[in-house]
Amino acid sequence: MGQFGVFLLLLTLGYVFGRMAESRHYRSIHKREALLRRVLVLPDKMPPIEFQQHNSTLGTGSVVISVDYFKTIAAALRGLVGGRVNAYESLLDRARREAILRMQEQARLKGASAVFNLKFETSRIGDNAGKALGSVEVLAYGTALIPQRHATA
Amino acid sequence: MLISNMEVVPGKKVVKHLGLVQGSTVRAKHAGRDIMAGLKNIFGGELKGYTELLSESRDEALSRLQQQAELLGANAILNVRFSTSSIAAGASEIFVYGSAVVVEER
Repeated sequence: MGQFGVFLLLLTLGYVFGRMAESRHYRSIHKREALLRRVLVLPDKMPPIEFQQHNSTLGTGSVVISVDYFKTIAAALRGLVGGRVNAYESLLDRARREAILRMQEQARLKGASAVFNLKFETSRIGDNAGKALGSVEVLAYGTALIPQRHATA
Repeated sequence: MLISNMEVVPGKKVVKHLGLVQGSTVRAKHAGRDIMAGLKNIFGGELKGYTELLSESRDEALSRLQQQAELLGANAILNVRFSTSSIAAGASEIFVYGSAVVVEER
């Protein structure tokens, strides 16, 4: 009975704090996405001719986001019946958007106007004793193109 | 040193290919961070310690990549790719590779 109590407590804590963290994160993502919209991010391999005179440099952004207890249980239950795992979908969505935002912030500090050849790299780290997803790292990187007048060598 | 993950550099041309260069590093997390991570696995949220650790390792791998390219006499590394793998519990390898080239103003 005591064990079940602990389980319920963890589940509630995970649900309440996980929800809070997630909605806070989404609010911040929406705000910063609106602010950084002018730094173009494109997965195109070749920049168009207008960027011919720009300097280029590597831009990266990464984030490690942890699951919460509720998500772990929800995903485990979903694993029994199959189908979409909403708990993890929103986790990865947040991680990818955050990684892009950090890359954009870095690019803007360097004076870049666009980032081309966007690539993602996802890896799981710190597994819950190998049983479930512990936390996920997303790296976004690309080539930042800087107009020449902003060149910093 | 110009580092880019594109195959071409705008406004410049590749005059010489010097082959593949690579840089890698294996990092382990320390126990304190692991305990924090264990708590975070209940509450959710970003693991700032890990984010920093991994981006430090990535900088390290990039600087090794750069050293190798400098030894070859390159002035740019193109087509750079990152790769991460967890090789053991609590340790991951960060690997970065690209082609060392000599570029010139067009």
